[in-house]
Amino acid sequence: MSDFFASESFIKAMDILKTEFPLAIWETVYVTVLSTFFAIIIGLPLGVLLVAGEDGKIIKIPKSVLHVLNVIINLLRSVPFLILMIMVFPLTRLIVGTVVGTPATIVPLVIAAFPFVARLIEGSLREINPNIIETAQSMGASPVQIIVKVMLPESVPSLISNATIAITTILGYSAMSGIIGGGGLGKIAINYGYYRYQYLVMFFAVVFLILLVQIFQSIGTYLSVKCDKRLKNRK
Amino acid sequence: MIEIKNLTKTFNTAGGSVEALKNISLTIEDGDIYGIIGMSGAGKSTLVRSINMLERPTEGKIIIDGRDMGSLSESELRKERQNITMIFQGFNLLMQRNCLKNVCFPLELAGVKKSEAEKRAKELLELVGLGEKLKAYPAQLSGGQQQRVAIARALATHPKILLCDEATSALDPQTTQSILSLIRDIHDRLGITVIVITHQMSVVEQICTKVAILDNGSVAEVGAVSDVFSAPKSKAARALVYPDGFEQSAVSSENESVIRVVFNGANATKTPLIAKMAIEKGITASILSASTKSIGDKAYGNMLLGITGGKEQLDSALKYLREIPDIFAQEVTDNE
Ligand SMILES: Nc1ncnc2c1ncn2[C@@H]1O[C@H](COP(=O)(O)OP(=O)(O)OP(=O)(O)O)[C@@H](O)[C@H]1O
Ligand SMILES: [Mg+2]
Repeated sequence: MSDFFASESFIKAMDILKTEFPLAIWETVYVTVLSTFFAIIIGLPLGVLLVAGEDGKIIKIPKSVLHVLNVIINLLRSVPFLILMIMVFPLTRLIVGTVVGTPATIVPLVIAAFPFVARLIEGSLREINPNIIETAQSMGASPVQIIVKVMLPESVPSLISNATIAITTILGYSAMSGIIGGGGLGKIAINYGYYRYQYLVMFFAVVFLILLVQIFQSIGTYLSVKCDKRLKNRK
Repeated sequence: MIEIKNLTKTFNTAGGSVEALKNISLTIEDGDIYGIIGMSGAGKSTLVRSINMLERPTEGKIIIDGRDMGSLSESELRKERQNITMIFQGFNLLMQRNCLKNVCFPLELAGVKKSEAEKRAKELLELVGLGEKLKAYPAQLSGGQQQRVAIARALATHPKILLCDEATSALDPQTTQSILSLIRDIHDRLGITVIVITHQMSVVEQICTKVAILDNGSVAEVGAVSDVFSAPKSKAARALVYPDGFEQSAVSSENESVIRVVFNGANATKTPLIAKMAIEKGITASILSASTKSIGDKAYGNMLLGITGGKEQLDSALKYLREIPDIFAQEVTDNE
């Protein structure tokens, strides 16, 4: 065992761990958080539209608009992320000015994630008891009031747990973006593990990715439970 | 005054069209506690939901204080709905808001200042006996307490009309009693018009002054509660009065009268009613049909008694029964 800790590959890996990992972890975290943030900014209104616009129950929008929206979401969701990333190069270049580097990966991540987020939010909002929405209508709530004061607040615990699913999935995508020039832990894992056969470095990168998922998931679960006023045994 | 004029509602579903309401006309005066009773699927909910236009009539009109509800714009209707509030079988509270915030909700919708809304909400929660539970969440309350919060919420905007759709159907008999007396109390104090939808006769008997019996989308019978239930004319009314399908005409003879006795939580289990009546008054009664149940030491439900011995015996039996608290007794006459 002591041989292993003294071995050249271990010392090298430790060196990379100290010099390159801090930045890589930071890059992974900020790319993930920012991408999730933008994906929610775009996905939330779409998810609300999908539920509130259905059959003109809360907001009256043409059926065709909803249909088109559904098709776009399904299309974007069926393109594999790696291919999508390459397909949106022109858009990335337009927004960020370049297609390589860490900030540039945010664009494909958001494009890949917002349809998924819209579906998650749609799912959360569908869990609401329709009688509660009808009750709000019977009290004279306007469509905007129903969305802002009933639908969103009532589904907060579910929205948080779905946002957690989104952030952990986006974390996985962001690691994949290392293949086409993105930064972060994914890049380290691919550069050292795949191109230079330094499996130990790849192993470390994977361990940190797992840790990040665990942290995001724990925070998400904690917040979701803490926010949920439906649970009986509250303090 | 609420005027329901030739109201018809047809639902078009995949399996064909359903005529839920057929040419209904009713007038509900200000200050009434008006019962609408009928079997499941009779169209009660559809009718009550038409009153505040949650359900748009296929034909006919709803006129409230001279205003045709169907002609209002969306925003006028929203404003009007602050005057016609509703409570439901499932309470429908906002689960992520505490009691105080639930009661504040309709006031928020109406744009009332927060401090004012909270003041009013506190008063109302005190009125319904939940002054201690301002900060509790609905999940921490019993069904009866949740319905009290819902009642407080329904009163927040000073409504003129309160619609109750099976408001006590999810509650046990004892809690039902307390919610009904709360509704009655609120009616007496605030003078609002109350419409009570139910499938339980006891609910109507206890708090309503007038009743409409709905049968398969049509009004079968309308009138004062005591008239309708003591002399049921329509088949639907008879089915409610004789729950076990008991047909009075088949049993009653020349000198047998029938009394309907309703138990609304009477202390009846410790005192065998019929035996006592026989011993104390010398009245012999036979039980023709009974659907009563005891919860704790209180009895709920109703019973049909056959009394022989002519008018004198009948009157003294009625007098005897009516002196017992939480018992309601009435002669039932045959109309056919
Ligand atoms: N949205 C709807 N679409 C189609 N049919 C409906 C709809 N709402 C009600 N109905 C039908 O209309 C009829 C009356 O329903 P309604 O809910 O008014 O009955 P109810 O008297 O309130 O019954 P319950 O006591 O079970 O609540 C039923 O046959 C029902 O299936
Ligand atoms: Mg109903």
